[in-house]
Amino acid sequence: MLGQSLKYLSAQLNDKKISSVELTTEYLNRIRSLNAKLNAFITINEALSLEQARMADQLIAAGNASPLTGIPIAQKDIFCTKGWLTTCGSKMLANFTAPYNATVIERFNQIGAVNIGKTNMDEFAMGSSNETSFFGPVKNPWDIHAVPGGSSGGSACAVAAGMAPAATGTDTGGSIRQPAALCGISGIKPTYGLVSRFGMIAFASSLDQGGPMAKSAEDLALMLNVMVGFDERDSTSLQREIEDYRRDLEKPLAGLRIGLPKEYFDQGLNDEVAHAVTQAIEEYQKLGASVIEVSLPNAGLSIPVYYVIAPAEASSNLSRFDGVRYGYRAKQYVNLDDMYKKTRTQGFGQEVKRRILIGTYVLSHGYYDAYYIKAQKLRRLIANDFTDVFKRCDVLMGPTTPTVAFDLGEKSDDPIQMYLSDIYTSSVNLAGLPGMSIPIGFGKKGRPIGLQIIGNYFKEAQMLNVAHQYQKVTDWHLQVPIK
Amino acid sequence: MQWETVIGLEVHAQLSTKAKIFSGAPTLYGAEPNTQACGIDIALPGVLPVLNIGAVERAIKFGLAVGAAINSPSIFARKNYFYPDLPKGYQISQYEIPIVQGGSVTIQIGDKAKIVRLTRAHLEEDAGKSLHEDFHGMSGIDLNRAGTPLLEIVSEPDMRSSAEAVAYAKSLHALVQWVEICDGNMQEGSFRCDANVSVRPYGTDKLGTRCEIKNLNSFRFLEKAIEYEVKRQIEILEDGGRIIQETRLYDANEDETRTMRSKEDAHDYRYFPDPDLLPLVISPELIEQIKQQLPELPEAKRIRYQGDYALSDYDAAVLTTSKAVSDYFEVMVQSLPDQPKLCANWIMGELIGKLNKENSEILNCSIKPEQLSRLLQRIIDGTISGKAAKIVFESMWQGEHAGDVDRIIAAKGLIQVSNQGEIEKLIDAVLEANLQQVNDYKNGKEKAFNSLVGQVMKASKGKANPMQVNTILREKLKG
Amino acid sequence: MKILLTDVYRIADLARIEIQTDEAEAVLGQLSNIFNLIEQMQTVDTAAIEPMSHAQEMKLRLRQDVVSEFDQHELFQSIAPQVETGLYLVPKVIE
Repeated sequence: MLGQSLKYLSAQLNDKKISSVELTTEYLNRIRSLNAKLNAFITINEALSLEQARMADQLIAAGNASPLTGIPIAQKDIFCTKGWLTTCGSKMLANFTAPYNATVIERFNQIGAVNIGKTNMDEFAMGSSNETSFFGPVKNPWDIHAVPGGSSGGSACAVAAGMAPAATGTDTGGSIRQPAALCGISGIKPTYGLVSRFGMIAFASSLDQGGPMAKSAEDLALMLNVMVGFDERDSTSLQREIEDYRRDLEKPLAGLRIGLPKEYFDQGLNDEVAHAVTQAIEEYQKLGASVIEVSLPNAGLSIPVYYVIAPAEASSNLSRFDGVRYGYRAKQYVNLDDMYKKTRTQGFGQEVKRRILIGTYVLSHGYYDAYYIKAQKLRRLIANDFTDVFKRCDVLMGPTTPTVAFDLGEKSDDPIQMYLSDIYTSSVNLAGLPGMSIPIGFGKKGRPIGLQIIGNYFKEAQMLNVAHQYQKVTDWHLQVPIK
Repeated sequence: MQWETVIGLEVHAQLSTKAKIFSGAPTLYGAEPNTQACGIDIALPGVLPVLNIGAVERAIKFGLAVGAAINSPSIFARKNYFYPDLPKGYQISQYEIPIVQGGSVTIQIGDKAKIVRLTRAHLEEDAGKSLHEDFHGMSGIDLNRAGTPLLEIVSEPDMRSSAEAVAYAKSLHALVQWVEICDGNMQEGSFRCDANVSVRPYGTDKLGTRCEIKNLNSFRFLEKAIEYEVKRQIEILEDGGRIIQETRLYDANEDETRTMRSKEDAHDYRYFPDPDLLPLVISPELIEQIKQQLPELPEAKRIRYQGDYALSDYDAAVLTTSKAVSDYFEVMVQSLPDQPKLCANWIMGELIGKLNKENSEILNCSIKPEQLSRLLQRIIDGTISGKAAKIVFESMWQGEHAGDVDRIIAAKGLIQVSNQGEIEKLIDAVLEANLQQVNDYKNGKEKAFNSLVGQVMKASKGKANPMQVNTILREKLKG
Repeated sequence: MKILLTDVYRIADLARIEIQTDEAEAVLGQLSNIFNLIEQMQTVDTAAIEPMSHAQEMKLRLRQDVVSEFDQHELFQSIAPQVETGLYLVPKVIE
């Protein structure tokens, strides 16, 4: 059953060919055999997972199953999960058993999916390599000397290595798409506001968005059907008609207009990635799509803008970690202020502290207009660029990342180089648009390459259609690193 | 040098919603520690705020009552600072664009009215409480109050004395209760004042350096703190010193203000729009709907009382100092439509006098307006004299005979003697015993008449109808 | 704008993060590099542009004034560093 699609697993469960307990056990065994090497999971709780599997089997027996009932799903450790350790990859929350469920977790529970474990991630989702995790880096299953990408690196690794058929991720500047690309799987960040942020530990509130990671676009559609939905507990959650994200999967692509932003193909792009993207575009042309070059003139500013807005929001969001009500508290301190400082200095890792300092600076008196307001104005220009190009094309395509996965340790001492890994992804978050990544080949060293597909607001079904049609005629998404 | 005092007030009024401003936890006062603090109030990782419409409606109601503009949209911002009673490490407040802009409140200083302009009023969440009792040298944090909705009402620096500041605070206190957005309970912290105080040489326009005084939880403290602070500042300036802009705490035990140590360093609050909360847009329909619910405001009532009831400006002003007083008056006038002045006199004299003496509020008064009306009815219909009515009032206040006016009159034997024969008998006896005064009167000494009336009343133990005594006595003396 | 060592200490203090003297220069170096990158923003004229705070142009949705939460302080305090008689304990707060 390992490595099978969600659709296949769902059919097997419904036909009673296998029980959820058996399927869950199979995945737990797989995790047990691989996790020591790959470090994709922070927490496994076999008892809780099997308990959910037993309940799922009852639902199926009673004929109350929906497509993902009984299927093991890996949950990024950013989603609060009642009764489970929820660490967000940080020492600060290393002892934090969540007292409530995130809406995303609640929605999976409601349809009887099984939580197979909590996946490793960059600390507080800040990172592009999974090396900032307090629980150690995740290894790329295609090459254990390579990073899996981040921040949802554990989820990407788990799916790629067959430790879970699908996983959840979150994407603030590329944290679903980039690790999906580097691990050779599919991932989608929906339009901002479609997936509830309630219970998803906040990094940058106006950019954060949860989404699924899986082998194929078809599986992503099944996952989105569970994850998307209005939530009255999130003021930024959108009230919209319920969609079936599978509805357009089989539409032919004839007449599809693909825009290629010229800024995504400049000198920063690595040759082997450029080559793979070009080949994928050619495949699309064979499928009947037309291609036009477009321009996103302000795209080049997305990294500076992102590294003002995201740290600003993060510096405030992370103030609640003060050692008073939950989480880590320093052992020794001389007074209240010292308790705060020691707790936060010891509880947060270097990258998190760096971003808190950046964010504090750009919001501080005298710098607010020059940095924060300036960035918000440029954010609008970046968003307007997309609005303009979507008048002329249906989707945008380009590389998800400038290079294939880099080596562990290669960029961990150079924050700027690390930040530039998100150069093609962060503008999508700034605009609030949906973006996805699908596997389209491998580099010379056998490390995966991803194609980024950017759609207009609420065009997820169309993007999944575009990805699915490609996956019907190619088999990159079926490749597995470890048999 | 002559110094002028300049005062502006910031008032925090707790809005009387059932649930908190951004969560569904209850706002009741006095619960066991942390039992009314939900996951949102204690800022668990991942929780999000959703704004309570009840808080918005109350803010709008206030804005309409003070003739302010209602901004739409208004923006929620985060005010970032670390403090253990602030669970998120930031307070959600409104900064650049508040919901209520401008407006004014009219205060009465002696017989002069003065307008105090408002700068703004904005919505924000309250913090929790730090308890400093000794927990092995530590403080205890109770977050029940965290997230309670507040309306922070900021005045212009329009007040020139502690008396004006108190009059303004009282007037605002009455108004927020009048429009039923705040229970006004100062002991429970529902209505809290901070005062910005500065002094400057008379005749100058430039404002002096101000100090903000916190923790003024009664009108008396407000008055005393300002008086102390003004004296302190003048002394410093006259000694050639400079005022340092700072936050000071009023210590009621020592009757002095002192620097707040926790606020020593100038704060950099790093305000920015809260990304979890979108712009608050208020529809004209909602404003219209709230306008319809607004009760008749004190100012309008005051004018109407002078017209409808022919009351003096002073009487009308006293009767409209609070909703409770004006409600009391209106219930009385309903049963005594021809006697508004009598009702006003009794409320302003006996009733408020007694309440002040006993340090009580009209809302908790044991004598209900219907009962007081009945008492006045008995004066009007001649059953008892005004003097006896005061005895009945005292008895009602004590709760004797369940405050039943007629039973008290009967039990105390206060029914007025209006029987012609009985009064004549009394008068005859008095005249016989006071021949000297009768002669004096006949010789033109009007004073002797009053003395005789007094003697008759005394003989009747106060029960004789004084009007009748007057008339009959004059007749008899003529003869 | 050039970020200075005094800025590093100032913002670290605001953020309640300790910077040891021997690491301050290194932190300053990293932040300076990042701010050099951020400085690129100043090349674009944005005078007439409205700042964008949210990914969606929407107005705020409101909740009804209804109590919907119940007391869970025992659960919440089971994960707290230090509590006594229902209170969270912290080093003495000085006003």
